[in-house]
Amino acid sequence: MPDALAVSLNGKTLTVPIGTTVAAVVFIAGQSSFRRSVSGRPRGPLCGMGVCFECRVTVDGVRHVKSCQTLCKQGMQIDTDE
Amino acid sequence: MAAAVSAADCGASVLLVDDNPALGGQIWRGEEANPSVREARRWTERLQHSSVEIVRGFRIFDQLRPGVLVAESADGMREIRYSRLILCTGARERFLPFPGWTLPNVMGAGGLQALAKAGMPIREKRVVVAGTGPLLLPVAVYLKRHGARVQLVAEQASRNSLLRFASVLLRHSGKLAQALGIFGSLAGTPFRFGCWPVEAKGDDRLRSVVFQQGSRTFEIECDYLACGFHLVPNLELASLLGCEVKDGTVAVNELQQSSIAEVYCAGEPTGIGGVDLAIVEGQIAGFAAAGQQQKAQRMFPERARHRDFANALEKAFALRPELKKLARNDTFICRCEDVAFDRLAHCRSWREAKLYTRCGMGPCQGRICGAATKFMFGWGAESVRPPAFEARVESLMGTKESAPEVRV
Repeated sequence: MPDALAVSLNGKTLTVPIGTTVAAVVFIAGQSSFRRSVSGRPRGPLCGMGVCFECRVTVDGVRHVKSCQTLCKQGMQIDTDE
Repeated sequence: MAAAVSAADCGASVLLVDDNPALGGQIWRGEEANPSVREARRWTERLQHSSVEIVRGFRIFDQLRPGVLVAESADGMREIRYSRLILCTGARERFLPFPGWTLPNVMGAGGLQALAKAGMPIREKRVVVAGTGPLLLPVAVYLKRHGARVQLVAEQASRNSLLRFASVLLRHSGKLAQALGIFGSLAGTPFRFGCWPVEAKGDDRLRSVVFQQGSRTFEIECDYLACGFHLVPNLELASLLGCEVKDGTVAVNELQQSSIAEVYCAGEPTGIGGVDLAIVEGQIAGFAAAGQQQKAQRMFPERARHRDFANALEKAFALRPELKKLARNDTFICRCEDVAFDRLAHCRSWREAKLYTRCGMGPCQGRICGAATKFMFGWGAESVRPPAFEARVESLMGTKESAPEVRV
């Protein structure tokens, strides 16, 4: 069993341990902003538990996925709204 | 977990529906896979050896009719039927708006810990922990243990109110040992009482935080601000089902039974009290729901002891009025809809704010700004309408199809 998997964040490939959430991947890549607010401000996670919706990103083309509650899967394509 | 195991031990057929993929809720996050807390390991094992059927990653968003709930997961939806229901919906952090609180890298105290547990790198990061409540210190310990440089722990409660709290701790030897352990692991980390954040500064992300202590202000550079103002109960499901909510908590009788006879409630929704109280309330609810009132009654003294501690906790970490005044005119209060303070200052109620400014109308449905405006303006939400949580349109359509036919 491999203990790591590869995902792509905004087109760049990263290898992360199994059990890593999509939110953690964005931080691992050194990014802080996950999305733009309705008035265009950068935002990142607040609650870390699926309540605030500030961490939403696009996963495999599906928009508004809560990255803090989504576990990475092999080959997953993650896009932040930068 | 305690409620499910207790009911199953009495011979009830029990289904446990957890919103998360892993059991343990927020406090025992990660304990199922890697147990490190003795109580968590004990309950996880008891659950594994019980007859409880477990459904993971399903979030209940509506009740079709009494006794029939609908839940959604990443892969689909399902109906859940019950004759007795025990709600253990936990709590979330309370966040209060101050200038700059919307910057990336300003997050909850529990929030940062949860993210770190899920793989966010914190080694060598400069972190400031701030806000209020018994959560701040354990979070600081966790961060430090995982290599973060904790620059400061700032607790808004005064030294006096915490000293009074310490005298209550003396009556609870277990908690006292825990507290001493925490202080031991934080040796060398600056800790301030009566100190709170007044501004987070940065550009595309947080760069520094300005604090106030008494009449003095000072600024600390950091990478992350972990800031939460204690907890607020998750009441959405209880409200949706029509359970009476009083003073911000689900009203229950001594058997943890709500105003709806077949619905019980245990843990934080009946009053913030921490994990020990939640376990006892869960057991009482489990026994009572399974019809074993005597077993439930035997646990009342233990609950009273933990409740005493919970009351002291609430007093010790009461929010100081200065925190109502942190927001400036242009500080966003509703983060989903970017509604600034000056637009809300004219509104007289939560409903008016929603109608005129869209405050609380975004994806989080007021879960963040609702607690903040309740504290700042004294507003309260009037009702919860289905779906209680965001749900896919397909799931909502599914509930239509399975709804009972209407005959004219």
